[in-house]
Amino acid sequence: MRPLNVLAASVAVAALTVAGAASAGTLDDVKARGVLRCVVSTGIAGFAYPDANGVWKGFDIDFCRATAAAVLGDPTKIKAVTSTGKTRFTLLNAGEGDVLWRNTTITFSRDVGVKLRFHGVNYYDGQGFMVKKALGVTCATQLDGASICIQTGTTTELNLADYFHANGMKYEAVTIETNDEARQNYISGRCDVYTTDASGLAATRSTFTDPDNHIVLPEIISKEPLGPATRQGDAQWSDIITWVLNATITAEEKGITQANLDSMKSSKDPEVLRLLGVEGSQGVELGLSKDWAYNIIKAVGNYGEIFERNIGVNTPIGLERGLNALWTDGGLQYTPPFR
Amino acid sequence: MSEGNTAAQSYAPGTHPDLPAPIRTTGPVAWVRMNLFSSPLNVALTLVAIGLLWWVMPPLFEWIVLDSVWTAESRKECWDKMEVPEGGACWAFIKDRLRLFVYGFYPQASRWRVNLSFVLLAMAVVPVLYDKMPGRKFGLWYAVAFPFIAGWLLVGGLGLTPVDTDQFGGILLTLIIGVTGISFSLPIGILLALGRRSKMPVMRILCVMFIEFIRGVPLIALLFIASSMLNFFLPPGTVFDLLIRVLIMVTLFAAAYIAEVVRGGLQGIPIGQFEAADSLGLTYVKAQMLIILPQALKISIPGIVNTFIGLYKDTTLVLIIGMLDPLGIGRASLADAVWAGLSREVYLFVALFFFVCCFSMSRYSLYLERKLHTGH
Repeated sequence: MRPLNVLAASVAVAALTVAGAASAGTLDDVKARGVLRCVVSTGIAGFAYPDANGVWKGFDIDFCRATAAAVLGDPTKIKAVTSTGKTRFTLLNAGEGDVLWRNTTITFSRDVGVKLRFHGVNYYDGQGFMVKKALGVTCATQLDGASICIQTGTTTELNLADYFHANGMKYEAVTIETNDEARQNYISGRCDVYTTDASGLAATRSTFTDPDNHIVLPEIISKEPLGPATRQGDAQWSDIITWVLNATITAEEKGITQANLDSMKSSKDPEVLRLLGVEGSQGVELGLSKDWAYNIIKAVGNYGEIFERNIGVNTPIGLERGLNALWTDGGLQYTPPFR
Repeated sequence: MSEGNTAAQSYAPGTHPDLPAPIRTTGPVAWVRMNLFSSPLNVALTLVAIGLLWWVMPPLFEWIVLDSVWTAESRKECWDKMEVPEGGACWAFIKDRLRLFVYGFYPQASRWRVNLSFVLLAMAVVPVLYDKMPGRKFGLWYAVAFPFIAGWLLVGGLGLTPVDTDQFGGILLTLIIGVTGISFSLPIGILLALGRRSKMPVMRILCVMFIEFIRGVPLIALLFIASSMLNFFLPPGTVFDLLIRVLIMVTLFAAAYIAEVVRGGLQGIPIGQFEAADSLGLTYVKAQMLIILPQALKISIPGIVNTFIGLYKDTTLVLIIGMLDPLGIGRASLADAVWAGLSREVYLFVALFFFVCCFSMSRYSLYLERKLHTGH
């Protein structure tokens, strides 16, 4: 038993010292390194994927670039730390990434149990169902007895069980590992229904030869707020990530785009002037340069532009703004004021 | 008259020229009879096999070759060019992503270093594999130096622009892990096997513990330890490259298996050989080097190559800790909405790559067995 105790104790000591080191200013580390390391996924349609030249693109990647533009003044100074659903939090907590922009649902256990800090929601998602039109199903309560393709080990599996139990319905689960597998199974008719986050359903549907013969049912059975995360215990770094996200949303509210950015510098709206660093000292208070938000919008545009470029209706993914519209347009995207 | 004929063609005993073998025992007809239709069961099996091939091959050939599209800018364009959407393979996707598959995220400007490493690798492999090559002694020394030369070329420093190892990916990554694992696990494995059979108790117990621990833990678990737990053991601030950690884990994993394969070979050597070596007055090292190991390794070749092939294919597991080998690159590329949905092409391409590598290894091991088959 004794050697084991010694081992356990040394692990604990090592863990504590690492934790101590990690809290010593992520901002300074990033500035010293000159590169921002974002924990991203190994590939989610529209959110993170490499192009033919190996350059990472997507909705989450653009937010990573926005962060790099704010902190380092250069959106190209990013490094994508690819992670799977299983390794994303350990990579972040072990200090191998500075911030996580990875299609990650904010939950109680991740915030409290995994000891992360979440900084707002950059995409409101929710679990939905896709069926073939030929089935004649128009709402989810008609799915009693259906065979359903579902990814194992995800929150969607639990949501599905809850939903069918609550409605007194039965289903046959066809468990699959990846989105591709689900696509093949669904097309070949092994399952009648495919369920996953609505954004994923839209992306999958866009790859069919006959997308018009499939519909996504109106019911959304879960809340999946996706947002960025950092390690606990670095308040300054947390503030930066929070306000990078807020800056993109505020910019959309105020109508600041990549195109009119420079003319907005002479706007009459004091909040616009504060955001763009013409007045006030908000960048400096964050530990960044005065024009941090200007750099963000110059690099990737406002929230709406990021959305439309990567996953909006004019992309192959073709997502509506829906819940992700500004609060002024009936959506949920709302930020505290820059004051 | 008939007598006359026989007289004309008579031969003295022993001088009759050889007649050709009966037609039924040579040539393609005989081969087919012997191999495909030698018994009613074989006739049935042959017919079933031909039927299966007839059923599977034409559509497959059509999909892979005849109806395939080689130039397109997107999945949509690919499908538009086919008679039926999805009716053929869209190889344009693989063509578009080929550089990503080969180099991963290696910086474009420095890719000549990867190409050079591939060439140097080929030059290092040849003298190791073929003993008839002229100047082989020099070649072997070069092969020993190769990992360090390639390491310098790929990682940089000392005059070259440094490239972070997390930029490595695709076939480059597979080759790095595969070649490192294969070349380092064999010597370590041999030492472990000898250690396990050693008469020194401490040495033996250490080797047994190591081998049994590694064999008792799945490679995925070891990779997880490498990717997430090792950081907590190391002093804070040490940056210990993830690729190095993975290389160490993969090498140790393969070494434990090689050790058991070689131990099997060692146990196949008759005790008389050990006694003969001892009676000649050879030291332990000399006895092993000159008498025991050459025989033991020869018996172990199939097992060793089997382990190597397994190791090579296991490199795809690094996907789970977020490193992008060809399979990972393929999956990541499938997330590009412009191409998404072409998973069959990706998996076929990756399968072909691994098949070519593993089949070559397997053929080489057969060649080696034949060459070393001196008979007992």
